[in-house]
Amino acid sequence: MTRITVPFLGALAFAAFVSAAPISFDFKDPKGVNNIVFKTDAPLESINGTASGVSGTLSFNPENPGATTGKIVVAAKSLHVGNATMKEHLHGEMWMNVTQFPELTFELVSLKNVKTEAGVTTADATGKFTARGVTKEITTPVKLTYLKDKLKARSGKDGDLLVVRSNFAIKRSDYGINAGKGEDKVSNEIELSLSIAGIAPR
Amino acid sequence: MRRNLRVVALLLGLTSIALWLALGANRGWTKTTRTEMKKDPITEIDYPVIEKDFSPGVEALGAGLMISAAVAGLSFAFKPKPKN
Repeated sequence: MTRITVPFLGALAFAAFVSAAPISFDFKDPKGVNNIVFKTDAPLESINGTASGVSGTLSFNPENPGATTGKIVVAAKSLHVGNATMKEHLHGEMWMNVTQFPELTFELVSLKNVKTEAGVTTADATGKFTARGVTKEITTPVKLTYLKDKLKARSGKDGDLLVVRSNFAIKRSDYGINAGKGEDKVSNEIELSLSIAGIAPR
Repeated sequence: MRRNLRVVALLLGLTSIALWLALGANRGWTKTTRTEMKKDPITEIDYPVIEKDFSPGVEALGAGLMISAAVAGLSFAFKPKPKN
């Protein structure tokens, strides 16, 4: 009896440990769907653009989503707008200065007001947002959707997916992005919409 | 000459308007790419697909009309043909 019970209990304990362990999700998505859409107002038309050079990792525990930590990185060079001259200015020294500041980052410090239902977690994420070399603490609403075993449907490999969505706004003056200049031409506020998926192959 | 310049000015103006209309009547700035949003079926993420596409904006239309106006203005530098 003991010969059977001990290995069984051991296996059960191992299974419980594995299921409770956080999963590391890699956000360098090979499908290339991860993106940030940004929008700011200007007199003639709103300036809409995208950024797709997303990478980083999040440590997510489906049993305890509130303990999620990690860092998301966006390559500044991937910032794109449809007007070639505008894009040149956006990448230039006065605006994003992508040569000197090649990355925008968000380091997740904590999640508050965490609510989880059917694999979907909503929370207020507090973290350090860095743009153009300036780091500020911000709090933004996030939605985390845990898609267990869905990686196979996407890439043929066993594993899970974690979809992260967030909408928030920053002031370009807070990050020295052509601060205090041309606010009659380009609004100080920039709306950001983040839609990214991380993969965790098994 | 005076008449010829005015015909050229009219053609330039009409061509500018026709091209602007034909290429999308973009009331914003000129775009050299077009971003189309698609949906990933598994994650349901809307993601941008960027394609090369020239769409002249109001500044391009304005430049065409200004050149047209300049050519029309130049026509006044020539004296009209005397009537017999």
